Amino acid sequence: MKFGVVVFPGSNCDHDAFYATQTNAESQSEFLWHKDTSIPSDIDCVILPGGFSYGDYLRSGAIARFSPIMKDVINFAEKGKPVLGICNGFQILTEAGLLPGTLMRNTSLTFICKDVHLKTLNRNTIFTNKIPENTILRIPIAHGEGNYFVDDDTLKMLKDNNQIVFQYCDENGNVNAESNPNGSMLNIAGIINNKGNILGMMPHPERLSDIALGGNDGLLIFKSLIDSIL
Amino acid sequence: MKKYFCEIKIMLKRGILDVQGKTVENSLHSMEFQNITNLRIGKFVELNVEAESYEEAKAIVDSACSKLIANPIIEDYHISITE
Repeated sequence: MKFGVVVFPGSNCDHDAFYATQTNAESQSEFLWHKDTSIPSDIDCVILPGGFSYGDYLRSGAIARFSPIMKDVINFAEKGKPVLGICNGFQILTEAGLLPGTLMRNTSLTFICKDVHLKTLNRNTIFTNKIPENTILRIPIAHGEGNYFVDDDTLKMLKDNNQIVFQYCDENGNVNAESNPNGSMLNIAGIINNKGNILGMMPHPERLSDIALGGNDGLLIFKSLIDSIL
Repeated sequence: MKKYFCEIKIMLKRGILDVQGKTVENSLHSMEFQNITNLRIGKFVELNVEAESYEEAKAIVDSACSKLIANPIIEDYHISITE
């Protein structure tokens, strides 16, 4: 099992994602340069990491979506192979049309960096099958544009197809306005495509995958992937 | 080929909360500008485009807007072109 972590100009969680997958999850990992035009054949899962690709110019993720490697990332995803977009990676996935909706400016207009709690609504995915039932995850967010928005018809489709994977909640699992950090519709923190191979999430599992850093709830996501692919 | 000058106005769609606009409006209200309402903030883009005709120029810019310059999920855009 080998992860490929794409490095865009302005990515800043690429090394964290590499460390979490290679060291914490005891898997293999490799950096993929954004100017490359193909994903090596031994890569089993592509990670689009967090950061500020292309300085967030125009809109977060809008320019990175046209990076040379993205053609093959779309190819890779369309073949049904797993793609995980974290934070800026989630924004890139929506800009690329691989996931529906978009991430707007936080309603507070401020950049928010703090631990949040997450409820897992769908544990039957390759990204979440290792998360024990009724477990509330604690994972940090760090973004200025994480306010998930989508039109009503698509939102209904996401609900009906169980595509809302993570919701912001309080530490007891209550999903409410107080636990919504950014104004996202239905407290959405992460969604998956209908096929189940592309996950986008604003929280950073790679930042809390090592007990030495204060927790490792994020590791469950990488462990789920490894377990699903092996 | 003719050279056209193009101006693009990009605004959040009506009905989508423009938090930035709202914040600026609230700030104005805390000053002496209580009679200012419905303040909304958008983006403005200028560019040159070479094309055979006005229609072709407009089609090129429209395509660029829908693919990259604007996000059609949340934004509307208005293009104005001069030769």
